[in-house]
Amino acid sequence: MRNVYSKLALSVAVGAGLVLSAIGGSGTALAKKSGGVLNFVVGSKIPSYDLHQETTFGVIHPIRPFYSLLIRVNPENPSSPTDFVCDLCEGAVPKGEDGFTKYTFKIRKGVKFHDGTPLTAHDIVATYKKIIFPPEGIPSARKAFFKMVDSVSASDDHTVTFKLKFPSGAFIPAVATPFNIVLSKKDLDKNGFNWHKKNINGSGAFTFVQHQPGSFVEGKKYAGYHHKGQPYLDGYKAIAAPKMAVRLQAIRGDRAAIEFRGFPPKARDDLVNALGDKITVQESDWNCVLMTTPNQKRKPFGDARVRKALSLAVDRWGGSKYLSQIAIVKTVGGVVFPKHPLAATEAELVKLTGYSKDINASRAEATKLLKAAGASGLKFDFSNRGVDQPYKVVGTWLVDQWKKVGLEAKQRVQPSGPFYATLRKSKDFDVSIDFNCQSVINPIADVTKFLGSAGNNYGSYEDQPLEDIYDRLLRAGTEDEQRKIMREYETRAISDQAHLGITLWWYKINPHRSYVKGWKIAPSHYLNQSLDNIWLDK
Amino acid sequence: MVVISESLVESQVEDLSEEKTWGQVAWTMTRKYPLGAFGLLIVVVMIILAVFANILSPYDPEANAFEHMLTPPDLQFWLGTDQFGRDILTRIIYGARTALFVGFSCAIIGSVVGLILGVASAYFGGRIDLIFQRVMDVFMAFPLIIMALAVVSIFGTGTQNVIIAITIPFIPRCARVVRSSALAIREIPYVDAARALGFTHTRIIMRHMTPNVMAPFLIMLSAFVGQAILLEASLSYLGLGVQEPTPAWGLMLQGGAEEYAESAPWVAIWPGIAISLAVFGFNLFGDALRDALDPKLRQQ
Repeated sequence: MRNVYSKLALSVAVGAGLVLSAIGGSGTALAKKSGGVLNFVVGSKIPSYDLHQETTFGVIHPIRPFYSLLIRVNPENPSSPTDFVCDLCEGAVPKGEDGFTKYTFKIRKGVKFHDGTPLTAHDIVATYKKIIFPPEGIPSARKAFFKMVDSVSASDDHTVTFKLKFPSGAFIPAVATPFNIVLSKKDLDKNGFNWHKKNINGSGAFTFVQHQPGSFVEGKKYAGYHHKGQPYLDGYKAIAAPKMAVRLQAIRGDRAAIEFRGFPPKARDDLVNALGDKITVQESDWNCVLMTTPNQKRKPFGDARVRKALSLAVDRWGGSKYLSQIAIVKTVGGVVFPKHPLAATEAELVKLTGYSKDINASRAEATKLLKAAGASGLKFDFSNRGVDQPYKVVGTWLVDQWKKVGLEAKQRVQPSGPFYATLRKSKDFDVSIDFNCQSVINPIADVTKFLGSAGNNYGSYEDQPLEDIYDRLLRAGTEDEQRKIMREYETRAISDQAHLGITLWWYKINPHRSYVKGWKIAPSHYLNQSLDNIWLDK
Repeated sequence: MVVISESLVESQVEDLSEEKTWGQVAWTMTRKYPLGAFGLLIVVVMIILAVFANILSPYDPEANAFEHMLTPPDLQFWLGTDQFGRDILTRIIYGARTALFVGFSCAIIGSVVGLILGVASAYFGGRIDLIFQRVMDVFMAFPLIIMALAVVSIFGTGTQNVIIAITIPFIPRCARVVRSSALAIREIPYVDAARALGFTHTRIIMRHMTPNVMAPFLIMLSAFVGQAILLEASLSYLGLGVQEPTPAWGLMLQGGAEEYAESAPWVAIWPGIAISLAVFGFNLFGDALRDALDPKLRQQ
């Protein structure tokens, strides 16, 4: 009975937290207060400061507040996959001219970098040239997002024009990617393209104070910030804490107010149980999904029947119900972020291989396919990443699911470095866990992961029909057309060919101190991290 | 040194001449070394659990049963269940298999290789001994866990690699102890006699010297089993040892301690107790063995 009461109390507290976040999170009901320093914890390292080269939240969280973007997701509505607003540009985000092949941005006047240099259209052009057309030897992690861009130029100090080779709905979301921080042309010309790996000079809400590697990054309020009246904070401290238990205890002990990536459900429950209304919980679907990649160069994974059996064995709907209680995964979905208009509906999903709600029938089918392929009782090596949430939890669940159709997977867990080396370089695996985590929800760009030719696909296969479908998708003009082609693409990629096996989409849970106001959860831990709208109700 | 060796032989002869039954010997030893007997009891129980795990365990140790996830200890699940709904008692019983397999494998391989190398080093002496001992010094300069971590980071995770990782640092430790006993044996005239008769080095080392250093060897062996269990648990706790879903105590502790220490403490407590008991048992047994086999201690 006591257990029932504690569960009831927990449910009420979580519910209250969610309601509070909806009301208090916007900060509209309360007068915003200036001052104070925000302490937050970050569970990853900083490989370098150059966000154009990096891909981890370990850089976004502590470094992004020093910089501005050309456009960004609306900080007041970050959960929307289509709501973008100007940051360094003026007015509304341009809609596109000349048949959606030309986008002209008007740049704000009076913006200055932290070193006092005025920010002009030439800085934007230099930044995007570094991202889209980097010189030989300079890495640009998101260059492929801009395949459609033909040129970027400045007609005067306050006008930037992008010309596209063909119209694409993927362009504006690509520009809003939070890694596309605007750099100073002067710095690039004077110090070269690697200077920003170790140096910071942005135009963001905060100026760089210090970085103690392995300990913290400190920033202070930039008085000349271009969004007038912001930021509200005097400064922030991003504290490095690789262990989840340490991050959790930091919030519990009020050494930190928030962690922006996300905690598993149990951690949320522990915090809510311990601190009650001093904790506010914000939750959201997450633009991140774990998947399995069979190595098609290795027998028998080149056989589509075996790959389909791997998918058919997995009870996604049942897994969602239980795994969501112990891991940061929840939503059953296809290749597109579940809440996006281009995503498959439940009725469309259940028609795909491995998505039927009749798991017994699916597993009978899997057993039949394995027998036909001569792979009954197959034993294989399953490579996984040594990170608990959600990799090891989902990995252990998958091993159990496959066992139910007679497959014996031996899990090989490695720390992140060796795991990536196995996945990307040596390709010494039968089946590996893999993920597709993106920032701005941009399905047309995000689904490139499933193409055999994609740089981040490690399945070792070629599928020309799938490439052809994607080419049509990229050039589709209307949403209806995109949606129709997306279903075709999805069916071939994860159902008919089962190149990759999608598990469950992640679910973001951010319990934070209730005095943190103004920050709203986004469907990605990369988004809405300028910190300029956060204030402390202390 | 010669006197000690002779007294050991004399005492053994004396014991044998009394023709005691096994039961009488066991009772005498239990009265003489009660803590050692208790340690042995723990070891024997562990061995029985490991051997008959599939008969004694009520459930499948690896099958997920989410409908029972994080159930507190009750009549159905005596020690409760973990986050995957797996019975903790079952996993602890099967975990004894992993612990003993790794523990005995590491201890036996490490101490046997150490025994051979130690005796050979003492027998040959001179430059071979000098070089060999300096190499051993290098290995022994690293703490056990650091050495094991280094080996795992080179070879990777998994049961086989954990055994390699733990075995390697055991070798120099055993070799060093055995060598010191073997140095004394080497000076006994029968070794010279064996040489004079033209026996090969291998025969002299294996048949005439090695049997005479069995006392320190057995003590090292028993101590190594406990150490190996603890090291395996440590590596698994750090995510570098045995991998899920294999039942292993360190792995169970890791899974439970970080996320469920507060809401479901039984997930971490039971495997912690199992590790402590196993190490305690082997250490008590090892101490008693040392007391029984060391003539100086026995005389005291």
